[in-house]
Formats: sequence, structure tokens, C-alpha cells
Amino acid sequence: MAEEEEVRGEEGAAGGRGRREVGGEDREGEAELVEGRGRQRGRGRHGAAGRRGRRGGGRAGAGLGAAVDEAGEEARQPVCGARIHARPRPARAQKSPSCFPTPQHRLLPRPTMLLRSIHTAVTRSDLAHFASILPPSAILSTLHAPHDLTQYNNDWMGKYRGASTTVLKPKSTDQVSQILKWCNHRRIPVVPQGGNTGLVGGSVPTRDELILSLSNMSKIRSFDPVSGVLVADAGCILQSLTDHVAPHNHVMPIDLGAKGSCQIGGNVATNAGGLRLLRYGSLHGTVLGLEVVLPDGTILDQLSTLRKDNTGTSYSTLQTPSHPVPGYDLKQLFIGAEGTLGVITGVSILTPPAPQASNNVILALPSFKNVLPLYQIVKRQLSEILSAFEYIDRTAYDLAVKHGQGRALSDEEVQGAQCFVLVETSGGRREHDAEKLSDLLENLLSADEPLITNGVMSQSPAQFSSLWALREGVTEAVSKEGKPYKYDISVPLTTFQDVVDNTREHLGSKGLLGDDAVKHVLGYGHVGDGNLHLNVVAAAYTPEIQAALEPYIYEVVASHRGSISAEHGIGAMKTHALRYSKSDVSIALMKKIKDVFDPNGIMNPGKVLE
Amino acid sequence: MRPSAVRLLNILVPVKRAVDYSVKIRVNPQQTGVDLNVKHSMNPFDEIGVEEAVRLRERHKDQVKSIKAVTIGPPKAIEILRSALAMGADSSIHVEIPENSPALEPLAVAKTLREIIKRQKEGVDVVILGKQAIDDDLGVTGQMLAGLLGWSQATFASKVEIDHAKKEALVTREIDGGGEEVRCRLPVIITTDLRLNEPRYASLPNIMKAKKKPVEKFTPEDLGIDYTPRLETLKVTEPPKRVGGSKVANVDELVTKLKEAGITVA
Repeated sequence: MAEEEEVRGEEGAAGGRGRREVGGEDREGEAELVEGRGRQRGRGRHGAAGRRGRRGGGRAGAGLGAAVDEAGEEARQPVCGARIHARPRPARAQKSPSCFPTPQHRLLPRPTMLLRSIHTAVTRSDLAHFASILPPSAILSTLHAPHDLTQYNNDWMGKYRGASTTVLKPKSTDQVSQILKWCNHRRIPVVPQGGNTGLVGGSVPTRDELILSLSNMSKIRSFDPVSGVLVADAGCILQSLTDHVAPHNHVMPIDLGAKGSCQIGGNVATNAGGLRLLRYGSLHGTVLGLEVVLPDGTILDQLSTLRKDNTGTSYSTLQTPSHPVPGYDLKQLFIGAEGTLGVITGVSILTPPAPQASNNVILALPSFKNVLPLYQIVKRQLSEILSAFEYIDRTAYDLAVKHGQGRALSDEEVQGAQCFVLVETSGGRREHDAEKLSDLLENLLSADEPLITNGVMSQSPAQFSSLWALREGVTEAVSKEGKPYKYDISVPLTTFQDVVDNTREHLGSKGLLGDDAVKHVLGYGHVGDGNLHLNVVAAAYTPEIQAALEPYIYEVVASHRGSISAEHGIGAMKTHALRYSKSDVSIALMKKIKDVFDPNGIMNPGKVLE
Repeated sequence: MRPSAVRLLNILVPVKRAVDYSVKIRVNPQQTGVDLNVKHSMNPFDEIGVEEAVRLRERHKDQVKSIKAVTIGPPKAIEILRSALAMGADSSIHVEIPENSPALEPLAVAKTLREIIKRQKEGVDVVILGKQAIDDDLGVTGQMLAGLLGWSQATFASKVEIDHAKKEALVTREIDGGGEEVRCRLPVIITTDLRLNEPRYASLPNIMKAKKKPVEKFTPEDLGIDYTPRLETLKVTEPPKRVGGSKVANVDELVTKLKEAGITVA
């Protein structure tokens, strides 16, 4: 903390502004500095040093407009308890600056960190301006009427809680553009929000940022049944898109447990993976074009090349896989940027043909060690009809059954099973698929050393859904069981179970296992992508458990050269941990790109990058 | 005196291949029926019937001699017989009718089942059918069969108990407002209702075993049954589309709209 103050003190007014004009190198240095500080930055923590820092920045930015500062001042009163629990500050913060490894690193905090100090909250005069853009029903603000904004401020798990006063719900791209233009001018930070089903706190404010909900932008713009290209507003719910293309025998290329609530814009912004990644690939491949509103209000329209006419926008079919994008493929930046570079308002996505025949089986394995060899055999024998290969350990299965997520297997079928695998096949011809599946199962059961003890196969669409529910329902079951700490990590397949067991042991060694602390440690995930969801279910979120888990888990992942976020995104949860998976060079570049798109740092501050 | 051997139970479970309940059905362009080019599976009530037969065996063990599944349908219908065998039936019968035959009618089905029962050398003690098929929702086959055979019937069963020694079945039937218990002499026709049980998954070992279980084939001519429909469907249409409502701003507007719609206070 000491360094922060002295550094700020040095600069004074000119320094503040000057820094913003300084070129790239500073920022690289800052990257190192920020990492060294660990998790404290931009966290909404209202410790004394933090506040001093902000005020210092405010004075520095006086040249920009004192009115802005004053207006913002009252709204910046600390909202105590804005977080459920404070993160413990790492001891490293007390190191002196001379400990930094390379000489060219400056000791200056990043401009955007300072910019946070000149961010303002929404005021009534802002509301008046919004009223000229939006109808009254699209403005929910506690500044002028009592509203319960809990569903917008809190995440799905109840782990991350914001304190926003205002939610805007535009209906058109143009409205979004005008809103962002104003917010950029006024330095009002904005959190774009879709279905608010994220698991890393990326969709809710960290403080009192303005919430920009895309829920009212829910029109499906067009669908071409020949090419399968679907163009839709970002606020369309995934399930409704699935229902829209189904009569034309197409399916959405992504499928998640949250499909009834999540919106396609959010899916794209978080580069959601999901259950069908194995088969259809990631959104980086299936999204053909985006319409994005940039932080300054400019509309980046990469959906069509034709101009709007009076009857509406026509969408060219140029956005097809066979026409590669010339120049830099800008849309890839927004896919996975989690709302930090702009607001996605429209998506053009390629929908694959619907499988004519789907089948699934749940296999019971006596030991985790059989999962990998099983996967190899399944891949080889089912080959192109394999569409999902999911792993759930015994604890996860028991929890799903306990909370009524799907019909359980019989006791005889699960006896001695240490874990389960759900295999799904999707193909063009039922008989062909059934034969392949049947041969595979026979081979597995009659092998000299069988990899499976038993299993069940769905005999009807109802059973098909029920078996899937056992896997998809684990998330919900875990939430009903207690407060989950979720780690969505990518580690080599062979180490999955070790990571779970070691985590359990580690918690046990800290005396944190038990009905009143950590009740369960379980793992489940998309084996095909090497993607494990490690869940630690606790009776309550406490700092002790948090401290025991982090950075332990990130270190374990790093030691396996894995990823700390395979598909859930970084959000607010893992900004400090990004360095465990991405090099300093990468992170520095990302920050440069962020500053190019969003020099005022208004887009989803505190998420992804620190 | 040696006690006379109590005959072991033979259970017959007729099953029907019907449009799967999760399919969003559409009326065909000719308006003569629904589009049948969709997923089919075993009628859910029949699944419950197979499950009940298997559970009876689990309860009565060796007293159940055989569980036989039977279906009347096109060649593809053999899939549901395999499902029934995978759930625990011992053998099956397929009365094969040509692909694209007109829909079966309950009386013809009942006559077929009577014929099959006659041909069972070991006899049949319990017939468990679904209360209705989800494609035609007619719900009369079980009752017709009981009438043709002169057997006791207990329909809409939500609980079944067989007293093997007394050769009786005690069945709880679902009726409006509760349940009705009936005691029937064997042989008995039982039709299943939703609450009777929840069908099990087919376990892999059973699926493998099912491949080797016998499927006896018959044609309508073998049994001497005529499937010509006696009913003619004139027209099938979708129900009128639901028109959306609208919100009114205040009571006055509501009153105006009501008046416009012709609703006035008497």
C-alpha cells in the first residue's frame, strides 16, 4: 500500500494527465506492477489507501472537468458489503519497488486504473438524457423510483453482488449506440448484461456501474435454411434460437445447461463452450459475423455489407464459411472479451444440420483410470457420430440424484462405480448409429478386462433427456446442496481425478472438511476438451476456504500447464489469476488492445483484466 | 394328498409403436392426419406395463414363468420389442403389417390379442396394456379384449398386487377424486395409468441379452384378422391459433374494450 501512495503523491495533477498520453511501454511495465500487487486492484475494496489513491487521481484529472468529479464524488461513497467477503491481501504488497525484476518497468499505475477514479456513477441528469433515448419502461433506476434491482445486481450463484442504481434496457442497436456515446462522454462505467447466468461474476457490477441489459433486443433477424446461417439480436435466449431453427432441421452449435435463460450475445462474449463443443467446435469457428457497439458509440457492423433501406436491413450471405474474412478478423477479439471491448448487439452464426438420430448411454466405470482408455476406444469406434463425452464422478452423480435432477440408475447398475461417463451419438441414420453403438457396447462388456462395470442406454427421447439431466443437473444440484466454489479448469485428462483428490486432501489438511465447512469436493466435465469443472461445495462462502483454495488451485493448474478458465471466462473471479495461464507478454498486449478500444475504461471495469 | 401344483403366471404385455410424446406434431398437407415422418417410440403407458410385469417378477420371483411382449406394427416396430426385451421381457411376438398401413383400430387389435392368447399353449394369466395410446387416445383396447374373452378387467391401475395362491389380483384404480380397489379373479386384463411406476432404463447387459431373445413373427393372414378400418377420418385440422391479449392502461380503457367486444352489463 505504501508504494501506491508515494507514487500518486509524486505525480500530482500534470502527471495524471500526462500518463494518459504516454505511449505503450509504460503499460507493459504497469502490467508487471499490477501483477505484483495481486488481487487488490479495481476490486471495489474501500480500504483507506485505495480511497486516497482515487482522490489523488480525481485531482489529477481536474483538467477534464471538475463538474464530473463533483458529480461523481457522492456516488463514490463506499458501499460496505458490496462483496460477500473480502479477499485477503497478499503479503507481497509490502515489497519495495526496487524488487521489480526488469529495469524498464515504470512504477506508475496503469492509466485505466487511475481512470477508474474519474469514473462517475449515474446521476439524475443522466437519467434525463436517457429518457430522451429510451421509453420510461426501459429505464429502471432507484434514483427516481423504488425498484428491486437484485436480479440484475446479483449473479446466479449469489456470490457476486453489485450496487448499481440503474438498469437500461434498449431495444435497438441505435439506442445502445446512443447510450454508450453518452456514458463514454460522462465516464460512466457500463456492465453489459445478457441472461446473467455467468459463473464468474462477469455479468454483474463490482460497484455501481450502469447495467446495460440486452434482454429487450430479442428479435431473430433472419435465417437461411439452405446455408443454416442465423442472424439474431444479442438478447435472444439460446433455447428460443434452438426452437426457431428446429423446424428447418438445424440445431444451434452450442448447448449449455443454462439454455433456457442465457442469451446468445453473452454466449459469444464469453466464448461459451458447452456440451457440444466436441462436435461442433467453438464459437470462434461458428460465429460468422458480429454487430458490436464500441465504447464510444460507434457501431461496428460486420453482419452485412448492404446499407439499410426503408424496409429494414438486408443481410448478405457473404458471411459463410467459404468466404474467409479479409483483413484482420476483428470479431475474434470480441468473442470471449466478456464485454470489455464493446457491446455485442447482433450475431450471425452458422447452425449445423440437426442430427436425425440421437442416442445416449451412461457407462459406470470402476475406476477413474479407465476414463482415458475408454475415451480412446469410443472415439475410434463411434468416430463421426460421437457428439459428447461427459464425465461425472460418483459424488456429482449422487448429488444430482439426491436433488432429483433426473431418474437415477438402479443400485445394481451403479454398484462399485467410481465415476460415470455419458456418451452421446448424433448422426444421419438411426440404424447405422444404433449398430455402431451396439457393437461398441458389446466390445466393452465382453473385453477381457472390461473398462466398464455396467451402463444404461436410453430407449426413448424421455430417457434420453433424463440421462442428460443427470449430467446437466449437477450444476443446479450443487447449488442446492450448498455454496459452490467453481473452478473451470483445463488440465490433462490423466490428471483430472488427482486434481480433485488432492484438493480434497489439501482442504482436509487445513481442517476445512465437514458438514459445516466444505461438504463435498467433486469434479465433472467435458472430457473431450480436457475441461474439468472442479466444484467445492461449502456450507457458506468464507475467507478461510477461499484462502485455502486460491492460489492453490491455480498453482496446481499452472503446474500442469493448464488453463484456469476453460470455458466459463475470467469475469471478476479470475482477473488476478490470468497470469497463471497467460504470459506477461500476452497480458500486456491484451491491455494495449483494451486501451485502443476503450481508452476511458468504461466497458465492464474489473473484469478479465485487472 | 399332494397339493395340486399352482400354475405359474404367464404375463402378456401388448405394446404399441407410437409417435414419440416429445415430438411437435404437425397436420399433414392433405389434412388427413399428422405428419408421421417423425420419431417413434414405445407408447409411454405400455412402457409402464412392461415395467410392471418386470416388477411382478421381481416380487414373485419364480412364480412368474414368462413375460411376453407383443406388438402389431410395421417392420420398424421390432425396435420397441427389443426395448421391451431389454427391460426384462423373455420373448416377444411381432404381428407384422405392411409399412404405411392405415392406423390400427382397437377392435381389430383386441381380436388379434385374443387370437394370440388362444395360441399360447401355456395359457395367459395376466395381460397388462397401457390405458390408451398417445396417438389416438382411444383408450378402449383393454376393455374390448376383456369383453371378447369374458375375463375380469381392472383399468387405470395405479397399484397392482397379485395373490398367486388365491389366483386373485388386487388392483387400485384411479378414479375422479381418489382410488378404487377392486379384487379380480385371474385371468385378468389390467390397463396401466401414469402413477403405477416409473419405467427403468435398459441396462447394457440386458440390452445385449435382448438381442438373443426370440421374436416370433405372424402375419394378419396367419391369425385370420382383417385390419380394414371401419372408421373414416374426414378431416384433421389444427386448433385455431391463440390470439395475443393486450394490456390496457386504465379502467376506462378496459371498459371501452369490453364494450367494443360486445360485453355489457345486463
